Amino acid sequence: MIGSLQSAGHGWAPLLRGLILWLGGLLLPYAGLAQGKYMTKAGHLSFFSSSIMEDIEARNDKIAAVFDLSGGQIAFAVPIREFQFKRTLMQEHFNENYMESDKFPRATFTGQILNAPQVLKQLAAGTQNVEVEGNMTIHGVTRKVVVSGTLQLRDSQLVIFAYFNIAPADYSIDVPLLVREHIAKSVSVRLNIACDPVSPALTQQP
Amino acid sequence: MHPLFSTLLKRGPLAALLLAVAAPVAHAQSDLLGQLEQGQQKDEPTQLVEATFKATRLINGHTVQTPGEGTMVFLISHRFGALNSGAYQFFGLDAATLRLGFEYALTDRLEIGVGRSSLDKTYDAFVKYKAIQQSVGSHSVPVTVTLLGSAALSTTRYSDRISRNALDRTAYSYQALIARKFSSDLSLQLMPSLVHRNMVLNEGEKNDIYALGVGGRYKLTRRFSLNAEYYYLFPGYTADNYRNSLGLGVDIETGGHIYQLHVTNSQGMIEKQFIGETTGNFFKGDIFFGFNVSRNFTIKQRQRK
Repeated sequence: MIGSLQSAGHGWAPLLRGLILWLGGLLLPYAGLAQGKYMTKAGHLSFFSSSIMEDIEARNDKIAAVFDLSGGQIAFAVPIREFQFKRTLMQEHFNENYMESDKFPRATFTGQILNAPQVLKQLAAGTQNVEVEGNMTIHGVTRKVVVSGTLQLRDSQLVIFAYFNIAPADYSIDVPLLVREHIAKSVSVRLNIACDPVSPALTQQP
Repeated sequence: MHPLFSTLLKRGPLAALLLAVAAPVAHAQSDLLGQLEQGQQKDEPTQLVEATFKATRLINGHTVQTPGEGTMVFLISHRFGALNSGAYQFFGLDAATLRLGFEYALTDRLEIGVGRSSLDKTYDAFVKYKAIQQSVGSHSVPVTVTLLGSAALSTTRYSDRISRNALDRTAYSYQALIARKFSSDLSLQLMPSLVHRNMVLNEGEKNDIYALGVGGRYKLTRRFSLNAEYYYLFPGYTADNYRNSLGLGVDIETGGHIYQLHVTNSQGMIEKQFIGETTGNFFKGDIFFGFNVSRNFTIKQRQRK
């Protein structure tokens, strides 16, 4: 929120920012739910494509994610070239022919938790099932999606887990006729991200 | 409603005004992503440039490419007879020379291979090492450099009465392959080359041949590219009596196979032959139509880190 205010760029922004911060400080004790930002650069994402001809699997351990708990917003970025395949040729084809990683080096998602106030209030009590609505951008194509998953506060970390399907055709990832039997119409994606809290001094109070 | 917003509303009109100035949620989301990307750009790791070429061969000669660790390549190369040999020879299709080869990548950088050519009944073996890899990022490197050493042993029965032992029949080739992928479509390669024959017969003929190759590919689609390759012989006996090797072709990729179709004035498919023994005049129709088909097999799956 502080960041967005800066981008408003009014001359009196510094004053406003001071006020907001001051107000924010007042609000904190009343809010009664976990606040602040959680971040990581080492989230895990794997995908699995199963077809009659072969199974294809790849893993990526370099998912960057930010979670803004105060508003229930989440964003993550997936560096496409970091996907590791067991077969090196598959990895090359994935980057060169399907994902075109030179042109589209990252896949991203930004979303908002549905029913955020309720979910976040109960988060301290245990694992919460959540639905996140947002924009998924893969291969340069952005689509509105709703992803369901779980959210959990474990020790000081915020753990996000989700399991969902992606159809390559939805993102203009085109599979030639000759190998159509090898690649599933719907690829299952497993996301497992443990975010560390960002030092509160940076995000909440001066 | 946003929890903060509702709490703020209770705290009076000033707070509500302040929040109205703050951008809506959608803006906050893209802002979140902005923060993410800022953080990523700051410490962007060095990224290796992969897939400079599709195959381990450009046309006749090698590219800088080595297959990934644990991958075996089976390569069938074929050159028909000369196009100008007439209708009786069906424009060259009646005759053919062949090379069968197996290659295996011991690591992501080191590859070994063996092959057998029907031309002069030649056995060959090579070692290929990717010494430097092009990369972008904080420590960027402009080119990929691969070193190639190969030995070829010809086992044909010569009709002259000169006796040759195995060493006499052997030739070695050394190449430094220097390539740069300028864009995802365009890659160019330079190939300084040295061929050393253990035995030469003719007056004035040197054991060593020096040549400089240039080549490249241009991708027309994701799975189709145009290729060209040319080897210039430095002045000497070989340059006077043989021709520079020229090849033009296409790469067609289909899943695990790469088909390379081309026309060239060389009939040999190993360095010693196409650099040192090319006789065809490309522009007078001494053109050999040919193809390479390579198939990759994963022998050893890569260990997960």
